[in-house]
Amino acid sequence: MSQSDTPNEKQQFTYIGKHRRAVEHRRFVVGAGNFAGDIQLPGMCHVAIVASPYPSAQIIKIDAQAALALPGVVTVLTGEELCQQIEPILPGVDAPSVQRFPLAYPIIRYSGEWVVAVVAQSRAIAEDAAELIQVQYAELPFVIDPEKALQTGTHLVHQIAKTNLIFDRQFVWGPVDQDLANCAHTINYRVRWARSSTVPIETFAVVCDWQDATQILDVWASIQMPKFPDQLAKALRLPNNSVRVHFDIDVGGSYGVKRGLKHTILVAYLAKKLHRPIRFIEDRLENMRGGDMQGPDRIFEVTMGFENDGEIRSMKMHAIDDIGAYAGRTPLQLGKPVGAICGPYRIQSVAYHAQAVLTNKTPQEAVRGFGQAPTNYAIETGIDLVARFLKMSRIDLRKRNLIANNEFPYLIPSGTHYDSGDYAAVLDKALKSASIEDLHQQRDDLRKSGELAGIGISTCLEPSGGNSAFEPLFNPKNETTTWMESCLVRIDLGGTITAIMGTSSSGQAHETLVSTVIAEILLQDPETIRVIHSDSLNALPSNSPVGSRMAIMLGGAAAGAAKKLKQQLLAIAAYQLQKNPNDLVYSANRIYDHTNQNNQISWSTLVEIAHRKFHLLPANMEPGLQEKFVWEVPTGGQLPSTDGKVQMYPCHSFESHVVLLSIDPKTGKVKIHRYVCGHDCGVMISPDVVHGMTYGGIAHGLGAALMEKFAFSPEGQFLSGTFMDYLLPSATEVPGITIVDHCTPSPLTEFGQKGSGEAGYLGSPAAIASAINDALATIQASINYLPMTPNAIWNAIQDKNSTKISN
Amino acid sequence: MAQINSYTITIEVNGQSVTKMVEPRISLVDFIREELRLTGTHVGCEHGICGACSILLNGDPVRSCCMFAIQANGMRITTVEGLAPERGQLSKIQDAFCEKHALQCGFCTPGMLIACQALINKIPQPNETQIRAAIGGNLCRCTGYQQIVDAVLFATKISSPNPEQ
Repeated sequence: MSQSDTPNEKQQFTYIGKHRRAVEHRRFVVGAGNFAGDIQLPGMCHVAIVASPYPSAQIIKIDAQAALALPGVVTVLTGEELCQQIEPILPGVDAPSVQRFPLAYPIIRYSGEWVVAVVAQSRAIAEDAAELIQVQYAELPFVIDPEKALQTGTHLVHQIAKTNLIFDRQFVWGPVDQDLANCAHTINYRVRWARSSTVPIETFAVVCDWQDATQILDVWASIQMPKFPDQLAKALRLPNNSVRVHFDIDVGGSYGVKRGLKHTILVAYLAKKLHRPIRFIEDRLENMRGGDMQGPDRIFEVTMGFENDGEIRSMKMHAIDDIGAYAGRTPLQLGKPVGAICGPYRIQSVAYHAQAVLTNKTPQEAVRGFGQAPTNYAIETGIDLVARFLKMSRIDLRKRNLIANNEFPYLIPSGTHYDSGDYAAVLDKALKSASIEDLHQQRDDLRKSGELAGIGISTCLEPSGGNSAFEPLFNPKNETTTWMESCLVRIDLGGTITAIMGTSSSGQAHETLVSTVIAEILLQDPETIRVIHSDSLNALPSNSPVGSRMAIMLGGAAAGAAKKLKQQLLAIAAYQLQKNPNDLVYSANRIYDHTNQNNQISWSTLVEIAHRKFHLLPANMEPGLQEKFVWEVPTGGQLPSTDGKVQMYPCHSFESHVVLLSIDPKTGKVKIHRYVCGHDCGVMISPDVVHGMTYGGIAHGLGAALMEKFAFSPEGQFLSGTFMDYLLPSATEVPGITIVDHCTPSPLTEFGQKGSGEAGYLGSPAAIASAINDALATIQASINYLPMTPNAIWNAIQDKNSTKISN
Repeated sequence: MAQINSYTITIEVNGQSVTKMVEPRISLVDFIREELRLTGTHVGCEHGICGACSILLNGDPVRSCCMFAIQANGMRITTVEGLAPERGQLSKIQDAFCEKHALQCGFCTPGMLIACQALINKIPQPNETQIRAAIGGNLCRCTGYQQIVDAVLFATKISSPNPEQ
């Protein structure tokens, strides 16, 4: 259920903000999606992987004789060969010695790391052959706990790096020590966000084909990754224009993690070497164990300083992120939260110590929110603790500290301006929709009936319009300030419109977004506008759908291109009607003179002139109707200051969560009775899409809060490789959810839109944790780590006051 | 490794009889996807939890990853490609999924549609609790299930409103 009663949302738009069936849905409901795993090419071979059973070892010998003797086996590839033929995958931070190759050689750094790839005529034969390969290992010491990994004398995951601390920086924004010393009170607390991830239902799949004659590598892969073709070309030592990634592949969910660089490098190498199409589809165990897609795994130590009236003045946060055995962009997940480090609160000074630590675990990948959800959970936990300390209501304390609607643009201590917002109004809407007084009554009734019951509140930011300002912030050698998105729009001779985007989609309904936006500008029926995903050789520059950016960036690029076409049509009309373009009115099917409506020219005539009648075109106008627009992210283009201040993302959506739950004290099982989310992402281009992402984000956050964890044994063995060990929320765990919309337009975007791809997930773990601890507070117990599983809750009830941190 | 024998099986697939040689070890979902090229049915976990591979087997929803193709010999299966009454049309539940935005990436959707169709076949006007129970074995990471529940309610309300809602 969603509710909307914001007056300015129903503004002047023709197509934006209206209910519209997503263009993409039709192919999916009839089973005609085009996923990477659906690609079947003549002569295609298949890959199976041999993975290390040890978290840390040296490969002594690989015996593949029996495997190679099996009929149908084409080749066996080891890291010894592969590592010499390709370039390594390097970290996003300045640690060039921490190199990753698709197959390990000679050192194994986590249990499940890929050691050998077997290619055969069928997947079954490849798997049979993989079982026949004998690998002799010499076990080495290992380190699993990130805090132990920081101690001197501990095992080094990469000996050559001389440290497990791959990134370490202390930021101080304002007089933190002085402010903390002058505050009436300070509290210190520790929270741990568990290693979980987005775990899409589609695993990673890739098909590669190489043709000597054209020197082109064709790639069909389930990817969501900025600059994927460029990185692939670099690793394979190919010119960039030899790599053709087909972006018309439907991606079966990603939410950040579908990077698959190592998978694709491996398969591309094999395709080129064997001159045959090669397909690799992770099975679920490979996906969970060696797919390198686990998420942030973070320990926070926080100090908050505050006054008797609840004013929170200063915060010191230390975050240790266990990134696993290798690093791609993952240390940067500690960087993105710099742009919302004080949450939606008026905290005047902040210190932030960010440490990314290598351990002998599966590597991390980017996860929905790029590190913001854990940080939001850490901040919100502190807000609740301050309220409890002061015996103040959690709602009143938040309202005491929320940035007010007349303070925007608001500059936070770390150098980012928040663009716009009305946080108190969004909180109030959620409280009203949840009937907060009734909710308190229900909670108290549940408590009287013997249940442990609690109400959870969170108020969290969703930075959106993703740029990459954390790259130069965390790596001074990287001066990337460009983070553009593009669109090309064409009106053909028949007058129909085609738009071209240069990236793949993983459920965000970009075709619907682009066609709605173009329809809005050109006033044509959006159902007649076709949107295609080009391949990377045809594509205009894109940075892919990361960082909740596409409504803003792709929407802005599509609008920009459409506006150029509109100007061209107006110029042709002006020339024909002998008028100044400013005297003309553009409408759905004609352009006319506003002083004389009969002085007009039809859309179809204008299109025909542009395409066929050069003699009627204004001088110096290119024939045809085709325009591109490449848009740099608003507020982008700046390097961080030397003291670590940076404008991170441009736009800031906001969400408030209110939840009532109860706990069965005998089992620790949680039942959610009411869930309301107030949400403001500015103008919604496609409300159904925004609501869908928000529902999904809340469900994902529920998983992170209560169920999901990639567990490792103290011996470094991966323990949750199936959906019986790693639990995803089903329709019986996820409750009915009410979303209440609010609209504070962004001043930085075409239509006032903000991003929402990470909505829900950025606040629901904090709200659910808040509710659990409200319930446990009645028996003086608490939990400071996720996931708060029935077992964790039961233990907390038994211990009364658990301060244990699970590994 | 010994030579693996193949056997002939006949299955009614979306109303058409299909006869093929199969190895005994090929799973039903691999047979549907790789041999019949009906790629609407998806593979998510291959251990019977996620439900992406759901099909109707003699009218009942089953995991096609958890049985062998040879076990379906002589049986009748319906995949997502067989849900629409005619080419170019949508079934009520397919139409409702589009209308209520009950999908995003579309990967779990075929299995989800099968689960919903099986429910509606048994209970023409289910309530929310019945819907959640019926799709409880199908995982979706995009939607949080809300709009799927809305879609089933919508699909089953059009002809006659559900008295329980």
